[in-house]
Amino acid sequence: MTASTSSVAAVATRPTNRRGWRARLILWRVPLSILALCLLPWVLPSMALATNVLIYGLLAVGYNLLFGYTGLLSFGHAAFFGAGAYVTGIAIAQFGASWYAALALGVVAGGLLAFVIGILSIRTRGIYFSMVTLALSQLVYYTALQAASWTGGENGLRGFTVGQLDLFGWTVDFLDPVTKYYVLMVFAAAALWFVSRILNSPFGAVIEAIRENETRARACGYHVERSKLIAFTLSGLICALAGTLLALHLAIVPLDILHYQTSGMIVMMTLLGGAGSFFGPFVGALAFLLMEDVVSLWTSHWQIVVGTVFILFVLFLPKGIWGTALAWEARR
Amino acid sequence: MMDAELIAMQLFSGIALGAILIMVALGLSIIFGMLGVVNFAHGALFMVGAYAGLWVASLTGSFWWGLLVAPLAVGIFGMAIEYLLIRPLYGRSVDDPLLLTFGLGYVLVEAVRIVFGSDGIPFQTPPQLAGVADLGIGFFPIYRLFVIAVVALLLLLLWLVLEKTKFGLIVRAGAQDPQIMRVLGVDISRVWLLVFGLGVGLTALGGVLAAPMRNVNPEMGSLVLAEAFVVTVIGGMGSLVGAIVAGLLVGVAISMTALFAPEMATIVMFALMALVLLVRPQGLFGKPGRA
Repeated sequence: MTASTSSVAAVATRPTNRRGWRARLILWRVPLSILALCLLPWVLPSMALATNVLIYGLLAVGYNLLFGYTGLLSFGHAAFFGAGAYVTGIAIAQFGASWYAALALGVVAGGLLAFVIGILSIRTRGIYFSMVTLALSQLVYYTALQAASWTGGENGLRGFTVGQLDLFGWTVDFLDPVTKYYVLMVFAAAALWFVSRILNSPFGAVIEAIRENETRARACGYHVERSKLIAFTLSGLICALAGTLLALHLAIVPLDILHYQTSGMIVMMTLLGGAGSFFGPFVGALAFLLMEDVVSLWTSHWQIVVGTVFILFVLFLPKGIWGTALAWEARR
Repeated sequence: MMDAELIAMQLFSGIALGAILIMVALGLSIIFGMLGVVNFAHGALFMVGAYAGLWVASLTGSFWWGLLVAPLAVGIFGMAIEYLLIRPLYGRSVDDPLLLTFGLGYVLVEAVRIVFGSDGIPFQTPPQLAGVADLGIGFFPIYRLFVIAVVALLLLLLWLVLEKTKFGLIVRAGAQDPQIMRVLGVDISRVWLLVFGLGVGLTALGGVLAAPMRNVNPEMGSLVLAEAFVVTVIGGMGSLVGAIVAGLLVGVAISMTALFAPEMATIVMFALMALVLLVRPQGLFGKPGRA
């Protein structure tokens, strides 16, 4: 467009340009995310914080697939996160599995658990769904607590430090924090690409239709229950992957990650960032963990601050940081 | 060989445990039936009730004042929650009050940690209720008998209020159709305020009653919340009879499993819930439309 274009034409084309900006953002969302993740360790104050943002961000992305895009508020995703972590740890500690086998096992186990819990909880709707997912994940928590010979019970699972990764003759030093971060990032990036593909697929449109109007989606002939179950399982798979990455990173699995407080933390991160947006969960995980990091400098009771901020978000900014920014940008 | 006396005793502690669960689940169910809100801070408020009871009891030197004052005070606190935090969310997605109350529970647990410390505090059984009573079929702790009696009395009172008073009539009608109640000139938002306070007061009472049977600690509410959810799902959301039957069922199931297979005791109620979900997703006493 030349500079001589009349102002009328400029006004007329403005919305299209802006829509174009949005479309480009969606088109480039995976490369942009990966770029941001690459830069993360050099922007944040510590490597440990960056690794946590990576893992919990991925966890929130997995959760967002169900909460943000399918519209199902699960309070039980700690179960899949924990299952991924525990199965990976147990495979290495008790069976001497290689790290990639342990990782695959963790993801598959978490996905299977999500499938089973999904079958039960999808029979219920609305508010019931949140309660049932919470109760079923507590069942997993108490089972892990009782099966102490496998899981280490209250002390958590220990003794599976992965010092180096061997793959196709290559050896990577996994104790170096920077190397570790970028290895974990490869998996997170693959998962992000996977989630983006799901959202771009016809199936992605179906789950959003269910979120918007379940009755109408059913009337259109879509198999609502089956779509919900698939979304639940896929979401569980991503969360399980985040769990396996956490286990490899920490080399211990604390029992607390199965508790519903962890599920609540996932919900908080997703909502803080913006449920139903692609970048929101990472923004939320970053905001949550940064808040924890900063407030911990002042008081060990950081949860009271984070909880209050969360309440204020529910009241005044239910779209979250990223969602509100997008809405504000669209209105401008 | 298990003898009958041991089984009777365990059955009895199951009923006492069930009585506490009924208090919590009933509060949850009343609030949901009326306001359509699932209170995720319910477990935390149970814990706050126990601490409030402990605090009042240590101030006055009497358990009875704690039992009387704490539920009232926490109930009034509950009304403040409804007025300030939940009221702005009516008309928005049903998930919003749920998210908000979850955040509130998070804050309450941490606030109690700041005021009372993170460690558990033992709560003495009042001396008048210590010891055991011989009921002919075995010896039972007097305190648990007392808990069952208080809950039974309260249920009777609640039934009378709901069935025989004008307030009860408004509550029952409001649960059916709040819009019509407004048209009839009833200030429904005031009823909601009272109902939320009542529900929170019931769980706080449960907390005070449970305190002498277990340690008081900031995390005590999280197990209770899960238990209350299980009870409401089994009984049917919004059904008061359901909450009572399912509360007793879960209490007895837990204590009987504790006798025969202790490691399964915390797990059995979830198995019961899964079974109910498979066979009757709306719960034993729930209306099919709601599930």
